Amino acid sequence: MSDKLVTAQAINEHDKELLADLQDALANCMKCGNCMEVCPIYKELGTETAVARGKLALMEAVLSGKIPISENFDKWMSKCVSCKACTVKCPCGVPADGLIVRGRQAAVKARGLHPVKNYVFKLLKNRTMFDLALRLAGLFGPLSFKKLPRPMAAVARFPMPGLDKRRVTAPFAASPLRNRHPEVIKADKPKLKVGFFTGCTINYIYTDVGQAVIDVLKANNIEIVIPALQHCCGTPIYMSGDVEAAKLLAKHNIEVFEQYKVDYIIAACGSCTEAWKIEFVELFHDDPAMKARAEKLAQKTYEISEFLVDVVKIDKNKLGPVNATVTMHDPCHMARGIKVTAQPRQLLKSIPGLQFVEMKEADRCCGSGGSFSLGNYELSRKINDRKIANITATKADTVATSCGTCRMHITDGLVQNNQNQDVVHVIQLLDKAYKAGQKK
Amino acid sequence: MEKQHIDALKTIVGDEHVLTSVEDLHCYSYDATPGFSHMPDVVVKPATTAEVAKILALANTGKIPVYTRGSGTNLSAGTVPTKGGIVLLMTRMDKLIEIDTENLVAVVEPGLIVSDLNKAVEAYGLIYPPDPGTVTTATMGGTVSENAGGLRGLKYGVTKHYVMGLEVVLANGQVMNVGGKNVKDVSGYDMTKLFTGAEGTLGVITRIVVKLVPAPEARKSLMAIFKNLDHAGQAIAAIIAAKIIPATLEIMDNPTIRTVEDYAKVGLPVDAEAVLLIEVDGIPEVVEKEAAKVMEVLTANQADEVKLAKDAAERDKLWAARRAALPALAKLRPTTFVEDATVPRNKVPDMIRAVNETARKYNVTIGTFGHAGDGNMHPTIVCDIRDKEEMERVYKAMDEIFSTAIKLGGTLSGEHGIGLGKLKYMEDQFGPVTLEAMKSIKRALDPNLILNPGKLVGEC
Ligand SMILES: Cc1cc2nc3c(=O)[nH]c(=O)nc-3n(C[C@H](O)[C@H](O)[C@H](O)COP(=O)(O)OP(=O)(O)OC[C@H]3O[C@@H](n4cnc5c(N)ncnc54)[C@H](O)[C@@H]3O)c2cc1C
Ligand code: SF4
Ligand code: SF4
Ligand code: SF4
Repeated sequence: MSDKLVTAQAINEHDKELLADLQDALANCMKCGNCMEVCPIYKELGTETAVARGKLALMEAVLSGKIPISENFDKWMSKCVSCKACTVKCPCGVPADGLIVRGRQAAVKARGLHPVKNYVFKLLKNRTMFDLALRLAGLFGPLSFKKLPRPMAAVARFPMPGLDKRRVTAPFAASPLRNRHPEVIKADKPKLKVGFFTGCTINYIYTDVGQAVIDVLKANNIEIVIPALQHCCGTPIYMSGDVEAAKLLAKHNIEVFEQYKVDYIIAACGSCTEAWKIEFVELFHDDPAMKARAEKLAQKTYEISEFLVDVVKIDKNKLGPVNATVTMHDPCHMARGIKVTAQPRQLLKSIPGLQFVEMKEADRCCGSGGSFSLGNYELSRKINDRKIANITATKADTVATSCGTCRMHITDGLVQNNQNQDVVHVIQLLDKAYKAGQKK
Repeated sequence: MEKQHIDALKTIVGDEHVLTSVEDLHCYSYDATPGFSHMPDVVVKPATTAEVAKILALANTGKIPVYTRGSGTNLSAGTVPTKGGIVLLMTRMDKLIEIDTENLVAVVEPGLIVSDLNKAVEAYGLIYPPDPGTVTTATMGGTVSENAGGLRGLKYGVTKHYVMGLEVVLANGQVMNVGGKNVKDVSGYDMTKLFTGAEGTLGVITRIVVKLVPAPEARKSLMAIFKNLDHAGQAIAAIIAAKIIPATLEIMDNPTIRTVEDYAKVGLPVDAEAVLLIEVDGIPEVVEKEAAKVMEVLTANQADEVKLAKDAAERDKLWAARRAALPALAKLRPTTFVEDATVPRNKVPDMIRAVNETARKYNVTIGTFGHAGDGNMHPTIVCDIRDKEEMERVYKAMDEIFSTAIKLGGTLSGEHGIGLGKLKYMEDQFGPVTLEAMKSIKRALDPNLILNPGKLVGEC
C-alpha cells in the first residue's frame, strides 16, 4: 500500500464515466438516516462513518475533491459486510452496498489492495496454483490445523495470514469434491441435466454439502455435470474492489459452462448463485457481447433449494423422518441478493419428524461478509454474537443455512460461546430425509 | 479550536471518544436537511451527565460552539455545526433507566432510540405514543428537542404531551432538574415544556421522564377515495364534528396519489383528488362503533369509494399506500425537501390547492401528504440541488408555501422544528416582540451563545 494521497482529480482523469454515474447515484441519497436502523456495522460502532449514509457522504466528498482517498477512507469503505440491508431499507432506492464496493474499487485503484487480501487474491486469480494450494492444504491440513471434537471444525495450529488464532474454521478436505467424482454423473433416462457450480467452499472444504447436492439430484433422476475447469465465482474479489480480477474469473466461468449443454446451472451457495444471476451480468455492463452471454446463463441459474421447489417440484412423499429441531439462518445474499427464503423453509418443513423453529431476525447478517471477517475479525464476532443469541433462544439443536461462509462463521460463533448446535446446509437435511425415505 | 481544548476533551471522555479525523468530521457535517453542511472541529461522545457537564463548562469558558446531536435525522438543519466547534454526540447515553408501571412513566437517557423504548414497554401493555416517521432511528433526546410528532398526533398529541421531567446540563455546565413523575405539577415556570422543542439551543438533555399510556386493545383502518378535494375536506371536519377522534387521519393529494400508484401499484385511481386514511383505536366495542360511524360520515360526504380493512393483512394493504408516499416521491428526483407547514384542519383543502398552484407557478414538483386530522401537511418538493436555476424556483416556491400557511392562520412547523431551515420566516409568524422575548430567554440561559448558535431564534 502506498501512503501517497490520491485526490479526486487524479482518479477523475482515469475514470470519468465511472465517476459521473456514481455522482448521480450518490446524489440520490437524501441523508434520511433510515439505513442506521438496519446496518449491523453501525449497530456495533455507533458512528456515522460506519453507516451507509456516512460512507456515501465520504465518497461524495472524495469525488468533489473535499477529502483525499486516504488510509482512513480505505478503512471505512472496508467496514461493510455487503449485507444489502441498507439498500433494501432505503426509501430512495440507493444501492448503497454496491456503491460502497465502488468506493473500495476507487481505493484499490488509488492505494492498492490490503496486503492479506492481495496475497489471497493473487492466488485466487491463478486457477492451477489455487487448486494446487488448496489441495495441498487438504493433504497437509492435519499438520497445520487442530481438529476440534465436533464435525467440520478446526483451529489453526500456526499463525496464518489474516486468520485470528482463536478462530474456528473448517478443515480443508483431504480430497476436493471435484476430484472425487467424474465430470458427468449419469442418470438413467434423466428428466433434466444440470451443471453444478460448486464454488470453492464446497469444493475444497464443505464437500459434505456437495455430496448431499449430488445425492439429492440423483434421487430425483437428474444428470449432473461438474465442469472440471470451473473456478471461484470471484465474489470475494469483487467485493474487495478488484473489479478487473473479478471480470477475469467471471469470463472464465462463463466460457467453461458454455461448453456444456445443460438445462440449468445450479449452485448451493447464495453468493455463488448471486454471482451468476446478477454480478456477472453487471460486471459486463459496458461489454454488450459478454453481457449477453452472461445473461443467457443467468436465466438458467438456480440456487439448489429454489431449483428443487420451483423447477423440479420434488415429490415430498419420498422423504423419511429426520429427528431434529431446526432453525434457519438466511444468508444476506439469499435473502436480499437472490431473494430466496421461502423455498429452503418449504423443504425443511416438508421433512417428517423435523421441527422447524423460526429465530428472531433470521435474515440479519451473521457477520461473516465473505472476506470481510478476514480483516475485521473482532467486529464480525460482535455481529455474530447477536446471531448466536438468537439461535440459542430458539432451543434448536441444528442450524440450517445455505452458504458455506455463514456456516463456518456461525460454527465459530457457537464454539466461542460454548454452544454445541450443529450447523449444516439445508440440502444436507434434505439428503438425510431422502436416505431415511429409501430405508423405509 | 486549539489543541489544548481537544486534549482537555480527551481527558474528559477518553481518547477513543474524541473524533478528529477529516473523515469523521465530514460525516458530522450534515443531517437529513438538504442544502446545509459545515465541518465541526471535533466530535465528542460522552457517556455520562458528569462528562457532558465538564464538556459544556470547557466550551463555555473557551466560547466554543456546541451542537448536540442524536441520530441527525432532523429536517431543519438543527445539528449542522455551522460555526465549527464541537459536535456533542449523545448516542452512547442510550440506557433505558426505568419502567415504572405503577406511575406509568419511563426514565430514559437521551440516546435511546424511540422504538427501542416502545419495544420495551410493549411487554407491559403500554405505548409511548410519539411516532415520527423516523421512530426506528431517531433518539429520545432528538425527538424531545424537536418536539416531534407523528401519525398518531391527532388523538395522542406530540412529544411535549408526554415529557414529564428532564435533567438538563446548562450552558455553563451546571446540572438542572425539572419536572418529574407527578401527574399534576404546577410549581413555577414550566421549564420542562420550555426545554422540550428548544432544539438544543438552551441546554443539553441528559435524562428524560416520559408518560406511558395503555396500548389500545383494538384498531380498525379505513380508506376513502375522493374525486373532489372539497368533499374530502368536508369529511375530515364531519368526522371530528361527529365527536370521533381517530388515532390517525391522513391525506394524500393528487400528485402524491399519481406518484404512489406509478411506483407501488396499490390500486389507487390516478384521477382522485384526495385519499383519506383513517384509523380508530381503543376498546373493541368502541372501535367497532366508531369505524361504522366514520364509514357513514365518509359516504355522506360523497366519498367515491370506501374500504374497511377486515383483518391485519388488509390493514397493512391500506397503509401500504401511505407508507409509499415519501419513498415514491423521493425516488423521482435526487433531492427531497419534506416540509411541515401546518394549518387549522378546516383549511386543509385550501392549503393543498395553494401548494398545487405554487407548484404550477414555479414549475416544480410537489406532492402533498400528511396528517389531515391535525392540519399538519407535508408538502414534499423533489428537485436536483445541483441545478442552480431549478433551485431558485424551488426556494421561491418554498417561501410561498410558508407565507400561505401563515396567511391561513397556520404555523411554520407542525413537528420538524425551525433550526436554520425555516429561520427566515420566524419573524413573519411571531413578529418582533415575541421573537425578541425568545431571544432574551436564549441570552439569559446561554450568555456566551455556545449552544447551537444561530438556530431557532437566529443570531442574538
Ligand atoms: C424520512 C423522515 C421522516 C420524518 N418524519 C417525521 C415525523 O413524522 N414527525 C416528526 O416530528 N419528525 C419527523 N422527521 C424529523 C426527525 O426525525 C425528527 O426531528 C427527530 O426528532 C430527530 O431526532 P434525532 O435523534 O435524529 O435528532 P437530531 O436530528 O440529531 O437532533 C435534532 C435536534 O435536537 C437537538 N438535540 C438532539 N439531542 C439532544 C439532547 N440530548 N439535548 C438537547 N438537544 C438535543 C439537536 O441539536 C437538534 O437541534 C423525519 C425525518 C425524516 C428524515
Ligand atoms: S436510507 Fe438511503 S437515502 Fe437514507 S441515508 Fe441511507 S442511503 Fe441515504
Ligand atoms: S451493506 Fe450492510 S454493512 Fe454495508 S452499509 Fe449496508 S447495511 Fe451496513
Ligand atoms: S461465493 Fe463463497 S462459496 Fe461461492 S465460490 Fe465464492 S467464496 Fe466460494
